[in-house]
Amino acid sequence: MGANKKPKKEKIKLGKLEKREARMGYVFIAPWIIGVLLFLLIPLGQSFYYMWYKIRITPLGYNFQWVGTGNFTSIWIEDPEFPQQLLTYVWQTVLEVPIITVFSLIIALMLNDKIKLKGFFRLVFFLPVIIVSGPVMNMLVGENVATIPVLNVQSVQNALDIIFPTSFATSIAELFSNMITILWYSGVQILIFLSALQKIDPSMYEAAKIDGGSGWECFWKITLPTIKPMILLNAVYTVIFLSSNEQNELINMIKTSMFLATNEKGGYGYASAMAWMYAIVISLIVLLFFLLLGSKKDVYDRQVAKFKRQQKREIRRQNAIIRRQDRHARQLEKERSRKNYKSYDGSSDY
Amino acid sequence: MVLIYGLLICIGFVYLFPLLNMISTSFMNMDDLLDTSVKWIPSSFYLQNYIDAAKSMDFWVSFAKGFVIAGAPTLCNIVICMVVGYGFARYEFKGKKILMVVLIFSYILPSQVTMIPKFVLYNNMGILGTLWTFILPALFGNGLNAPIFILIFYQFFKQVPKVLMEAAAIDGAGHFKAFFRIAVPSAVPAIITVLLFSFVWYWNESYLTELYVQGLQANPFWSNLVVQLKNFDTSFSTRATTGDVATSLSESVRMAATTLSILPLLIAYFILQRFFVESIDRSGITGE
Repeated sequence: MGANKKPKKEKIKLGKLEKREARMGYVFIAPWIIGVLLFLLIPLGQSFYYMWYKIRITPLGYNFQWVGTGNFTSIWIEDPEFPQQLLTYVWQTVLEVPIITVFSLIIALMLNDKIKLKGFFRLVFFLPVIIVSGPVMNMLVGENVATIPVLNVQSVQNALDIIFPTSFATSIAELFSNMITILWYSGVQILIFLSALQKIDPSMYEAAKIDGGSGWECFWKITLPTIKPMILLNAVYTVIFLSSNEQNELINMIKTSMFLATNEKGGYGYASAMAWMYAIVISLIVLLFFLLLGSKKDVYDRQVAKFKRQQKREIRRQNAIIRRQDRHARQLEKERSRKNYKSYDGSSDY
Repeated sequence: MVLIYGLLICIGFVYLFPLLNMISTSFMNMDDLLDTSVKWIPSSFYLQNYIDAAKSMDFWVSFAKGFVIAGAPTLCNIVICMVVGYGFARYEFKGKKILMVVLIFSYILPSQVTMIPKFVLYNNMGILGTLWTFILPALFGNGLNAPIFILIFYQFFKQVPKVLMEAAAIDGAGHFKAFFRIAVPSAVPAIITVLLFSFVWYWNESYLTELYVQGLQANPFWSNLVVQLKNFDTSFSTRATTGDVATSLSESVRMAATTLSILPLLIAYFILQRFFVESIDRSGITGE
């Protein structure tokens, strides 16, 4: 914390105690920093390096052969399956995340009421979190156990086909057929919403009710703004969950192509290129939800900011008026001193 | 009010529907499966499916191994994430904000990007196909979903009043003593949360288990129930050819295997339900 070059910027020099404290902080997080280097940043760099190469495993070690963007072109042009799956994945995620989030919010709102058997319902809704895993879901879906027989998907699809383009209709119909699966993925989200709802100060609702607010208004004006950060959290959680979920075909494709080193389409470089594209797509989706949900401040903050802006404008206007008054007064004074300005002095012969 | 109860019961039923269906199917014998009049309740209490599925999955061995596979990294996760979370929450140091951003970034980044170089790394280290592939990252705070656990501990330790720490410091406790004597005992709810979630997530992980812990070998030593379930069809048919099993591969056997693979966690869930359900409440992940 050496000498501060800019004396204007007030920076308190750290004392000995603070310095030691800061050092202890580094000691505590040291294992994680090493881990991030070893298992995150270095592998990240390596896979970035891999994706420009064709890598063959030889008895002598790895054989790198520069192909430039060759991996990408072969993924996009020669192997149509990956881009197609990627597109389906984007569609599904963008459709499913709002559904899961809204659904879990509704369940959480219902559970937040004063109802009996609350514990039992929480138990039921959280149960899938424990048992959801790739193979189990594949088994249940594969044996048609996870669909409700009453729901006729075909008729839904036929109805949708008339209104929407086919690809869109198919993905919506798929949503209906996988309804239970989607519901099963919302266990954690329900609990997060529930615990956020329970932390809202009840006196706010009381005040709103005294002012004549209906339950509907209370929800939009109090509940939703308060839990807005949780909505973002849940949306991001859902995106990540869906991306690392084993029902997702993409991650299995990446894994299998990793070990197809003999094949033209395969190997570490090819799989790295796939993985990077996948990561970029996921980041874009997360970014989308951040932009949709994150940037806006809540209503109260916006009102405060608006009020402050107004105040500032008011002050500026007043200052302008004061300045103008001064200027005019000075001008008047000047004119008067030159004696060529006659003001009405009260005498009758003006 | 009636509407809410109705809705909750309906949705609850939809939630449980696949499980009920699975359990009922798993008790059916061949005749019941083919008989369309048998819908929910099997005509007889038929256990052969379970016996064969358990045999084919190597139930007890897989169960024990799965327990180790989930348990050992979980312990590392708890210890290291607690230490790191404490470091983030208690101390102020340069670059803390950037490191927090890296932490969140490491959660958002899909593991597939770093999967291949990690595989090469483990291969070079010669630990592919051993449990170390799970323990080592966990020891360095990069286990499965470790960012979440670090954040849970971070949130939790931020709530511990700083006055308490200062009082301890005045009484002569060093940094480590303050950590062990004050922070750790107060963090029991967070520890329980991390224990449960970490264990469940490792237990249900088959993608990385196959890749790292089994190392994609032909006859891997390590295995857990979920991976066994994934390869159930092949292992069952090999058993069937040697005449080890009495039934043929059918829906019911598959469902019996699925039931078996989730049974341990299901039992644990009903015993520890309070901790599971309250865990998110108490971990303070929703922020104060």
